[in-house]
Amino acid sequence: MRALAGAACALTMVVTPPALGAGGDPKAGEAIYSRCAACHALEYDRTGPRHCGLLGRRAGALPGFDYSEAMRRSRIVWSEATLDRFLADPLGAVPGTTMGYAGVRDKKERADLIAYLAKAGRSASCASVSQHPSIK
Amino acid sequence: MSFLKLGNAPDILSARRAFLGQSCLVLSGAAVALLAGRDALATDVAKGAASSGESDIRILNSALGAELEAIAAYQVGAESGLLQKPVLDLAVSFQSHHKEHADVLAKTIAKLGGKPVIAKSKYTFPTDTLKTQNDVLRFAATLEKGAVSAYLGAVPVFGNRDLAKAAASILGDEAMHWAILRNAVGEAPVPAAFVS
Repeated sequence: MRALAGAACALTMVVTPPALGAGGDPKAGEAIYSRCAACHALEYDRTGPRHCGLLGRRAGALPGFDYSEAMRRSRIVWSEATLDRFLADPLGAVPGTTMGYAGVRDKKERADLIAYLAKAGRSASCASVSQHPSIK
Repeated sequence: MSFLKLGNAPDILSARRAFLGQSCLVLSGAAVALLAGRDALATDVAKGAASSGESDIRILNSALGAELEAIAAYQVGAESGLLQKPVLDLAVSFQSHHKEHADVLAKTIAKLGGKPVIAKSKYTFPTDTLKTQNDVLRFAATLEKGAVSAYLGAVPVFGNRDLAKAAASILGDEAMHWAILRNAVGEAPVPAAFVS
């Protein structure tokens, strides 16, 4: 029985996905997000697309937003890992993106930022934004 | 210290007018740099260095899009009825800087062979949260801070160094806007030794 319980516990550890953005500090990430405020908002499109619903969304897939051809063709689905790679070097990760930004080079800052985006994505204000299904 | 208090201090107001005049001179310097860089980059593109040129055009167009939105945002603020003189005058003067930025960016993009983005017919702003003058100023400060960060992130990725220099000049202008707006709502105008 103990072995079974141990196995069940191990299985739980394997199959329970970590909360998105679990590695970072969302409060610190909120301050980092202020760097994005020239072009992005959580709830509505600006020069850049909105961030509510970002995690799990396919890149370049928000209807009505004028993405670069490069982003539309990137085949990226935004996850903690893909965001981490993109934010580290947007122009290197997706050559041709219109996000002409050097990136967030500090790994902890990226983790914090992603944690904030994940938390904000679960907020009531984001819940009220019409969500579009991810296209995978 | 608020601008309403500043409005009762003629010496400080004069100093601010002088400061704003000087910032216009700085902007003119940015325009000159952009237009000078334009020729160099156009030549590079003509020689086949198209990838760098196309990337620079995309960066400039993103900056132009943000500048056009900032112009619209200041217009919303100016027409909100929430801004009182001299804050209203200040907002209009900041808007005029963004118009100058946008004008130079659009001309540069066109000269480089790109197609400048145009202003959207409609922008979304969180107007339901703007109830007081300070709300408007804080919102403007958020945009200006974002602009500082955006230009800071753009400077190192320009292929053309003259464009990078010009973007840095615009960054300086945005940073001054941000500092003054922070000061106007009673926050430390320069919160840290570095911007990010």
